[in-house]
Amino acid sequence: MRVLVVEDDRETALFLQRSLKENGHVADIAGDGELGLALAREGGWDVLIVDRMLPRLDGLSLIETLRREGARTPVLILSALGEVDDRVKGLRAGGDDYLTKPYAYTELLARIEALARRPAPEEQVTRYMIGDLTLDRLSHKVTRGGQAIALQPREFRLLEYLMRNAGQVVTRTMLLQNVWDYHFDPQTNVIDVHISRLRSKIDRGFAKPLLHTVRGSGYMIRDGAE
Amino acid sequence: MTALNRLIGSTPFRLTVAYMGAFVVAAALIVAYVAWRANELLTSKAIEALTAEVASLREQFQSGGPPRLVAAINERTGEPGSGLYLLLDAGSNKLVGNLPRKPSALVPGGQGHLFSYQRPSDSMGAHERLAVGLSVPVSGGHTLIVARDIEDQRQFAATIGRVALWSFGLLSVLGVGAGILISRSMLARIEAVTETSRKIMAGDLSRRIELSGSGDELDRLAESLNAMLARIEELLLALREVSDNIAHDLKTPLNRLRNRAEAALRSPDGPSSYRDGLAKTIEEADELIKTFNSLLLIARLEGGAVAESMTPVDPAAIIGDIAELYEPAAEEAGLALAVSAQPGLSLVANRELVSQAVANLVDNAIKYSAATDTPAPVAAGAAQATAFAPAITIALTRTGRAIEIAVADRGPGVAPQDRERALQRFVRLEKSRSRPGAGLGLSLAAAVARMHGGTVRLEDNVPGLRAVLSLPVDGPHPASALPSRAKR
Repeated sequence: MRVLVVEDDRETALFLQRSLKENGHVADIAGDGELGLALAREGGWDVLIVDRMLPRLDGLSLIETLRREGARTPVLILSALGEVDDRVKGLRAGGDDYLTKPYAYTELLARIEALARRPAPEEQVTRYMIGDLTLDRLSHKVTRGGQAIALQPREFRLLEYLMRNAGQVVTRTMLLQNVWDYHFDPQTNVIDVHISRLRSKIDRGFAKPLLHTVRGSGYMIRDGAE
Repeated sequence: MTALNRLIGSTPFRLTVAYMGAFVVAAALIVAYVAWRANELLTSKAIEALTAEVASLREQFQSGGPPRLVAAINERTGEPGSGLYLLLDAGSNKLVGNLPRKPSALVPGGQGHLFSYQRPSDSMGAHERLAVGLSVPVSGGHTLIVARDIEDQRQFAATIGRVALWSFGLLSVLGVGAGILISRSMLARIEAVTETSRKIMAGDLSRRIELSGSGDELDRLAESLNAMLARIEELLLALREVSDNIAHDLKTPLNRLRNRAEAALRSPDGPSSYRDGLAKTIEEADELIKTFNSLLLIARLEGGAVAESMTPVDPAAIIGDIAELYEPAAEEAGLALAVSAQPGLSLVANRELVSQAVANLVDNAIKYSAATDTPAPVAAGAAQATAFAPAITIALTRTGRAIEIAVADRGPGVAPQDRERALQRFVRLEKSRSRPGAGLGLSLAAAVARMHGGTVRLEDNVPGLRAVLSLPVDGPHPASALPSRAKR
């Protein structure tokens, strides 16, 4: 995966570059908004990571310019501003996801991987399959090994989100934002309890677990063989 | 810059002087015009009388010839206060009259001319007097001059002019004086405002501008300045309190973080303990970030940042979603979570913030109920109907203009004397200090309520705590939001 990091803090940028490399990605750095825009225009990026406050050209203007020019590369906005309104502004400018500083690297990694693999709107998948687990988005039916599993509506959406990002780490914050549409941080680990309920429904009684906990990051659904 | 310069440079002084100047010039113009018109009128009346007299003298001449005219003139000049007459023959020799000679300014014909002459009676004074006269030819080469003395009229006009000049001068002096007086009183009051603002700038925020008590525009200005100062002082105090509390709330965990890292580094176990230490350090850092975010959000809400993001929301959906989010966690803690919502209610609010406030209340309810494990008192009769009474209830009702979301638990509750304090910014009851992240929940809920123009109140649920989030149905009103702030 090729990532462009537009970030004026050299240390942060180098940290991201090194960490992404460790995870098998290639990252280039642009130290200001103008350079970032020029590099982004060259194309060939899978994801852009754009800081909001940049010298020469601020992050939001950069994204707006790119979007006006028709570029559809997914953009993750990094910002020290985390209010509801700031996030809405960021997404309205054309950002695809918004992460508030300070963030955990695992959170950032999970998000850019989800962004890069996000299917384009036109390729609407109606059915997800992981191992012997099947989720049908049209009939809202879930089966495992041919056996129907009854899920609550929210559990269905939770599983749907996990399966859409199968093979990738999904953080608790990502689940809270995408499944519940909450952007605040509940003090208790409410998500964990929802996951363990879901797990008891789809994994209990089957030899091979599909829903895995990734320590320190979040959760991942994958076929063990993968 | 002397005091006098400042006085002269002041706006009231300049305004007064400019006003006086304009008034004097206008008045002078009017008086001059009236005087000129009056003079004109008097002169033309005199000429009219002269014309009539000339006509009657001419009649005398025609009926009796020169002797008759001479007699008539003599008769007229004999009367006291008579006009001026002079009859000249063809050779310009004086035949009769009380004018010594023909005035050079008086030429024949025309509408009457002004000239000056010397009255024979006071010739020793050689006093030049002003007169108006007509010079007409009479048959036989004679010239008749009839004139009126208008010296008195002229002197009267001159007196009027002098008086006007003096009074305008006096008026100007009075105007400047009034200007000085007005500007001094204005300056004194404005100086008081300036003085107060200097003292405030120097750091004494408790200073206020004194009111004169007259309720005039300066008083109104001072009043609103005072209100502004009060608000600024309040915000500054809040800010100071915030920074104190942030420092306090973050120092302890920071210190813990540091100790842990140090202990890991000193540990003789090598890499495995480093790994362990670092993992714990990150955990601590995450907790710190959470606390910091909550503090920041409360500070933002308290700062009066009115969110534009208020939209009509469905309060039943809000509490339904939150209940759904927390239900598994409550169940895991051995608590039932029940929701009751009055149907058909709507609310103008920020969904995210209200959700967060309700989430915090529910979160607290779960934490404190789980901690005490008080069995819910179940009435004997109802014991069969309900296996166990819901330990936590979320109820949505409408009372008047407010939507009330009540989260009730069966935990230890909050002592009545602590309730007010528990809602204050950043105040944690000592009991909850040991629990990381807890305690800010209520403050945050209260801040969200205040931002919406509502309140959070804590009630006794006998036993347990009932926290009621009360929000105005149609969103915050700027007018109602301010007094509620001022009360604090």
